[in-house]
Amino acid sequence: MAKFKNRLGFWLSIGSALAGFVIFQILISGGILNPFYVNAIYTIAINIILAVSLHLIIGITGQFSIGHAGFLAVGAYASAIFSMNLQLPFGLALLAGGLAAAVAGLIIGIPTLRLRGDYLAIATLGFGEIVRIMLLNMDYVGGASGMQVSNLTTWPWIFGCLLLTIIVIRNFTNSTHGRACISIREDETAADAMGINTTYYKVMAFVIGSFFAGIAGGLFAHNFYIIQPSNFGFLKSFDILIFVVLGGLGSMSGAVIAAILLTIVSTFLQDYPETRMIIYSLVLIVMMLYRPQGVMGTKEITSFFKKQKPAQGGQSDEKHNTSA
Amino acid sequence: MEFIQQLINGISLGSIYALIALGYTMVYGIVKLINFAHGDVFMVGAFVGFYSITVLKLPFFPALILAMTVCALFGMMIERIAYKPLRNATRIAALITAIGVSLFIEYGMIYVRGAQPEAYPGTVLPKETIDLFGLNVSSQSLFILGISVLLMILLQFIVHRTKIGKAMRAVSHDAEAAKLMGINVDNTISATFAIGSALAGAAGVIFGVYYIKIEPLMGIIPGLKAFVAAVLGGIGIIPGAMVGGLALGVIESLVSAMGFSLWRDGVAFIVLILILIFRPSGLFGKNMREKV
Repeated sequence: MAKFKNRLGFWLSIGSALAGFVIFQILISGGILNPFYVNAIYTIAINIILAVSLHLIIGITGQFSIGHAGFLAVGAYASAIFSMNLQLPFGLALLAGGLAAAVAGLIIGIPTLRLRGDYLAIATLGFGEIVRIMLLNMDYVGGASGMQVSNLTTWPWIFGCLLLTIIVIRNFTNSTHGRACISIREDETAADAMGINTTYYKVMAFVIGSFFAGIAGGLFAHNFYIIQPSNFGFLKSFDILIFVVLGGLGSMSGAVIAAILLTIVSTFLQDYPETRMIIYSLVLIVMMLYRPQGVMGTKEITSFFKKQKPAQGGQSDEKHNTSA
Repeated sequence: MEFIQQLINGISLGSIYALIALGYTMVYGIVKLINFAHGDVFMVGAFVGFYSITVLKLPFFPALILAMTVCALFGMMIERIAYKPLRNATRIAALITAIGVSLFIEYGMIYVRGAQPEAYPGTVLPKETIDLFGLNVSSQSLFILGISVLLMILLQFIVHRTKIGKAMRAVSHDAEAAKLMGINVDNTISATFAIGSALAGAAGVIFGVYYIKIEPLMGIIPGLKAFVAAVLGGIGIIPGAMVGGLALGVIESLVSAMGFSLWRDGVAFIVLILILIFRPSGLFGKNMREKV
């Protein structure tokens, strides 16, 4: 019976997601929403993918990575090369972007994940900058002036990728591997002592996270007419980090909610970039001073509807320790 | 000859990095926090120096001292408002707050005065070219080097010969035990922030004089590089920060001299990642075993 109920919840969420998809599709293709709002919705969805992929690395595995824009950039450029220079179909280009970012995640993850806490943060920040500087110096992708990309991103593609990201990361979190990752977040030394291959799981989470960041990069690239290395500086990394931190480290629905809210706020403050950054930074400081666990803590939105069900993945009654 | 010329340029640049790195290293040594806002204190120092030279018409040295004082107060204020309440929070919360403070200072500055760059007046320091055994050395780089070395010697004196320096070393060794011994930990941490920020302010003024252009976002890249320098030397170790800063400056100048000037910023981060992978405790650090 419990199993059936679980399934029911799953199909209910899939159903409501599809309903949302259909509604937006009608709104978009019916021309009811003007292009500004359509673009805002695209940006929200791409940011959700980014937030959820970083959530897997920081919130679930507890690896404080602040170079996510680097993976976004790798995915964006790889998919742009595939679609524009090699003339391959868009789906293939997206996949290529994801895979390229995953490979980058593997290359970076294996050596740097030996580091902990602050050192890992700085190493990943450095990695993000190295990617940006490499792109700046490669003539094949246009250097500083950037790369022309045709506008291929459509709502069905974005929605499909979004759904895929959420389902994969949700199921990963609830699997044996996800539990191992959570145990690493809680206490890496103890997890190691219990026989968990911490390096393996950290790299695995890192690679999956960067894969989806790469897919988001592909969508991001084909949503505009041009991509430039300056789009992927570490301010972008901080943007993504803020989604995860504000939503609550360890809560996927928190990351989603924060991504939606903050993207809406920053869309409307687009004309006042300074004000936007001041609000962002103040929110970040005040949040850390008064509610360091984020809006949702480690709770998921579904846990508000359940009564006595034991904790789902990613939850540990708000007392998790990500200091690592 | 060309090589030695670049070496001298590198040392001048490196001494600026070293001054910023000292603040990073001191703060990290005492509260284990990467103070991301440190690069922005450097920026504030550059602007205070600029305005005191152009608006208040001060000569160079009073302007330098004014910038150092303002930055010291500013650093203490940041510590009191943003970092002190988080003394016992997780490391990640503290790091995120530091990022928030850094963004706030940068964009607050843009909000207040706009994003346009300013040009330091070129006449603050005598600008002559001295011919040294066939090398052209500008008197400015000698000045910069001299001021940096002087400040570093002063810092060594404070840390090793004064009471507050002794307290700082004690707190950085073991804050709990220092408290039991009657050391006022809060004041010691404030003093550390003040000294570190004053050095960053001095570096800001020197940077402005050397590179002429200053702008509100100028603190980011030198700040990160100074952090790299601190890690290179072994974070928390004062001589390490000096050597790391000088080494980084020299490496950068040599990379530029070899014709890879566009890769200059990248090299710093590659150095960082290599150091973190092969010798995470830095060149001067000892390997510490983690307590379980």
